[in-house]
Amino acid sequence: MGQTISEKIISRHVGHKVYAGELVISDVDGAMASDTTGPLTIKAFKEMGGKKVFDPNKCALIIDHAAPSPNERIANLHKMMRDFAKEQGMRLFEIGEGICHQVMVENQYVKPGDIFIGADSHTPTYGALNAFACGVGSTDLAATMMTGKIWLKVPQTIKISCNGKLQDGVTAKDLILFLVGKITVSGATYQAIEFCGEAFEGLSLASRMTIANMSSEMGAKTGIVHPKGLELEYDFSAVTPDEDASYIKTFEFDVSGLEPQVSAPESPDNVHNISNYEGTKINYAFIGTCCNGRLEDLDIAAQILKGKKIHPDVRMVIAPASQSVLLDAMSNGTMKTLIEAGASLITSGCGPCVGTHQGVPADGEVVISAANRNFRGRMGNPNSNIYLGAPSTVAASALEGQISNPKKYLV
Amino acid sequence: MGNVQTTITAKAHVYGDHIDTDRIIPGKYTKTLDLSTLANHVLEDLDPNFNKEVRQGDILVAGINFGCGSSREQAPLALKQSGVSVVIARDFARIFFRNAINIGLPVLEIADHNIKKGAKLEIDLKSGSVKDLTADITYTATKLPDIMIAILNEGGLVNYLKKNGNYTL
Repeated sequence: MGQTISEKIISRHVGHKVYAGELVISDVDGAMASDTTGPLTIKAFKEMGGKKVFDPNKCALIIDHAAPSPNERIANLHKMMRDFAKEQGMRLFEIGEGICHQVMVENQYVKPGDIFIGADSHTPTYGALNAFACGVGSTDLAATMMTGKIWLKVPQTIKISCNGKLQDGVTAKDLILFLVGKITVSGATYQAIEFCGEAFEGLSLASRMTIANMSSEMGAKTGIVHPKGLELEYDFSAVTPDEDASYIKTFEFDVSGLEPQVSAPESPDNVHNISNYEGTKINYAFIGTCCNGRLEDLDIAAQILKGKKIHPDVRMVIAPASQSVLLDAMSNGTMKTLIEAGASLITSGCGPCVGTHQGVPADGEVVISAANRNFRGRMGNPNSNIYLGAPSTVAASALEGQISNPKKYLV
Repeated sequence: MGNVQTTITAKAHVYGDHIDTDRIIPGKYTKTLDLSTLANHVLEDLDPNFNKEVRQGDILVAGINFGCGSSREQAPLALKQSGVSVVIARDFARIFFRNAINIGLPVLEIADHNIKKGAKLEIDLKSGSVKDLTADITYTATKLPDIMIAILNEGGLVNYLKKNGNYTL
């Protein structure tokens, strides 16, 4: 009987063929926690009798959610993480090094065919790399760091096939927003997603990360992009599904006519063509996050904003996904363009997306954000409204002071 | 069940579908190990009165996809610390579901419940039976996988691993 990508990856880890529905205890290839989940992980690790992490080279801690620390309470939690990392001989990624998911990929903590467990809900991002990656909470992660294992139910898989090429000026973010709108925020709960078809084949690794990242906005356990067309700096053997693999559901879309998409408050699946919201006044534009803070995202914003100034009633915040992204955006001139246009640069990290600091919106304000979540209160103020869009849409909207279709600046 | 109370009779606080973890505990309060801070802000963006009304042992009831969004374990911790003894939902987001069991907060999935605000419920965690004493209806929750029952029996994953050292199926 044929297998899906998830079934194949898990089978290789447990040493025999497994299929959807089976419960397994599997070895993992890597584990990480951020400063939201890390301190509770360390506490649970010690309480459960943990002495040494299963492999310090496969475990990491990342300070990204509130970096640098905005107050003494968080400063002390960061210290707890630094102390633990030192004691364990594992790497701690410091403030400004980047967002957990970005640095895990850049530093090759996760590779094609791996099983990776992260104490962050956007861990499925590594599905871009053809890995089986799941988000968990702190205590699960502590157990994984102690044992090197995870228990899981082999998921059923939803196949999402997208045919046709995206139009110029339409990006991977528009595509995944469209899919989240179709599948809904609970449409893939407990299940894996396989993304396949022409629309994904030409995508860069960065764009594939944007796609896989928002699997969690459909409730999925993991979301894996078919490796056809995947290019990495190193040699790898990709895991592909069998022709006769069994899927719980199959969706097929022709996306060649797709327009830029916007997710309106207050759920990521409240997705519409941008024309429904064009003209909505905005106060605040944000580009960054594990979803859309990479070089291509900053580059497209710079392409739109080059030689121009953002609207006088708008402030714009940029948080590069990592230090490496920031350095690249500095050397290619993108960062200069964005700052000259009026954007404000903040530390690489999660920044305002998690509502802790670095740009909380005021009561009644409207935000256009390149992030992945627009739940009420997400950015720290329950009396503000968040629209989600592609970095191109955020840049065009910052320029015009209202939600704007970026296509006219790009084609 | 070793450390977990197996029969509960208490009042239901009922909410709707897709209650995300940002609404259970906003991100700005999550960076702490102090459980009382979490409890002080539990559900504040959804229902500012919840914190005043909840009593030790009360039951939280919701619709579909309860606990979606962020993986923050602070969400079930905040509920547990505020006094909630069990969460019933039509279904749960997967990370919340695991987190709740891992910290010893029982969760029951009842796909077709029609429990109303203020209902008095009598729950037997061993059998998964939930009696709505106000409406006089009895529901049966979906059975948990054996490994989750074993974790819950120990009061959570910390005690489970302290005792067993590793996972067993």
